[in-house]
Amino acid sequence: MQDLSEAVTAALQLIGSLNPDLLEIVALSLQVSLTAVAIAGLIGLPLGAVVAVARFPGRTVVITLINALMGLPPVVVGLFVYMLLSNSGPFGVLQLLYTPTAMIIAQTILVTPIVAALARQTIEDLKVEYDEQLRVLGRSPLQQTATLLWEGRRSLLTALLAGFGRAIAEVGAVLIVGGNINHLTRTMTTAIVLETSKGDLSLALGLGFILLTLAFMANAIVMLGGGVRAYRKREAGF
Amino acid sequence: MQYALIQRDRPDRPSVIPVAGKSLVYGRDKRTIIDNVDIEFGLSPGIVVVLGPNGAGKSVLFRLLAGLLTPDGGSVSWAGMPPNRARAHKIGFVFQRPVMLKRSVIANVEYVLAAAKVPRMDRPPIARDALEQARLSEIATSPASSLSGGEQQRLALVRALVTRPDIVLLDEPTSNLDPGSTAAIECVVRRARDAGTRFALVTQDIGQARRLATEVIFMHRGRLLERSSGESFFRAPRTLEATAYLEGKIVF
Repeated sequence: MQDLSEAVTAALQLIGSLNPDLLEIVALSLQVSLTAVAIAGLIGLPLGAVVAVARFPGRTVVITLINALMGLPPVVVGLFVYMLLSNSGPFGVLQLLYTPTAMIIAQTILVTPIVAALARQTIEDLKVEYDEQLRVLGRSPLQQTATLLWEGRRSLLTALLAGFGRAIAEVGAVLIVGGNINHLTRTMTTAIVLETSKGDLSLALGLGFILLTLAFMANAIVMLGGGVRAYRKREAGF
Repeated sequence: MQYALIQRDRPDRPSVIPVAGKSLVYGRDKRTIIDNVDIEFGLSPGIVVVLGPNGAGKSVLFRLLAGLLTPDGGSVSWAGMPPNRARAHKIGFVFQRPVMLKRSVIANVEYVLAAAKVPRMDRPPIARDALEQARLSEIATSPASSLSGGEQQRLALVRALVTRPDIVLLDEPTSNLDPGSTAAIECVVRRARDAGTRFALVTQDIGQARRLATEVIFMHRGRLLERSSGESFFRAPRTLEATAYLEGKIVF
């Protein structure tokens, strides 16, 4: 077992020297999770908005379902996608198992409910406030929805960042469908699991630091956005 | 450029006046709010002030006429036809509490112009001109949410007027405002009125009603009790209820 301080020093050296293995892992993690969040946004934001605005039978069931899916266990999603993509599965011919694409699919399934549920809540709250004003202007339901999405852009960005936080930090799904293959499907989280089990704490720690930094940065972006608005308000005399 | 809040309609555009309700009935939770009301607004120029105690159904009546609520009985017509979205921009509506879009003051006005299908390149000059007339042009680029309550309501009034509607429904627009802000709103309303825009105004401010009313409608318990010229209403209301209301007594 390595000494903890030694491991920290080695980890910082890895980051400081821009270790290519480490960079490759970070880049793949970002690529997979950002792509998954982008797709989840394309699906989840309109889905959340439609559920918020439209009235249809079974709406409550759909809302409950979306909210419940926010808590999907990553390993279960991993298993599910694994079964779909494995050779004997319905999408086996696509040969996607153990590729970054498989990881993106799994993470998209994890993130979409989060984005959709948060978007639904945001848009529904905004609708209460804006409904009459938009209707007296003669806006169609579709135009109203588009306006509400834009009005809620800050909260919706937060929803996307929450989704990103979920995606970048999860390990179960990417491990099962990606397989943690070196130079191909190794992400920060799967690498941390592997290196820790091997006893090589320096790489694990280095990746852990980067993971933490990314999480902080995601939050900082949200906070900074809010700060800018508060500053503008002060300038205007409020 | 002759775009202005105060400019009258081009004659080629379809009209929505009179905005009328026939045998309107509306209830909620087994309570009748509007009880068989026949009404029309906008046939003659000026400002029709709707007075009446709280719960008389004034705001609900405006919402029915604007197409925001669907009556349980009777019908609403705009220039003889059922309300439809295509003509919505011909009826302005200012709410008691202004709803600001989370964008700049001028973008709030441009949004309304876009909704009224004004060509994109025409929107900024029209919006600037309208803000100028409401003395909001200096803060045109500020976020609308940073405005004071009085400024927000003036912006809401600009938004309601900028599409040059036939008629504007004002639902207690100044009930939350200080006297100065109220005066500023009334000033914009007067100028638009003088240029031909017709108004219907719900207010609890009897002073304001006296200042602005061409005609007064008195409502009580979901019914229209009285409709008369502003002058004669304040001199000698015809019903006991209106007399009591003007004297500040509780009207049963």
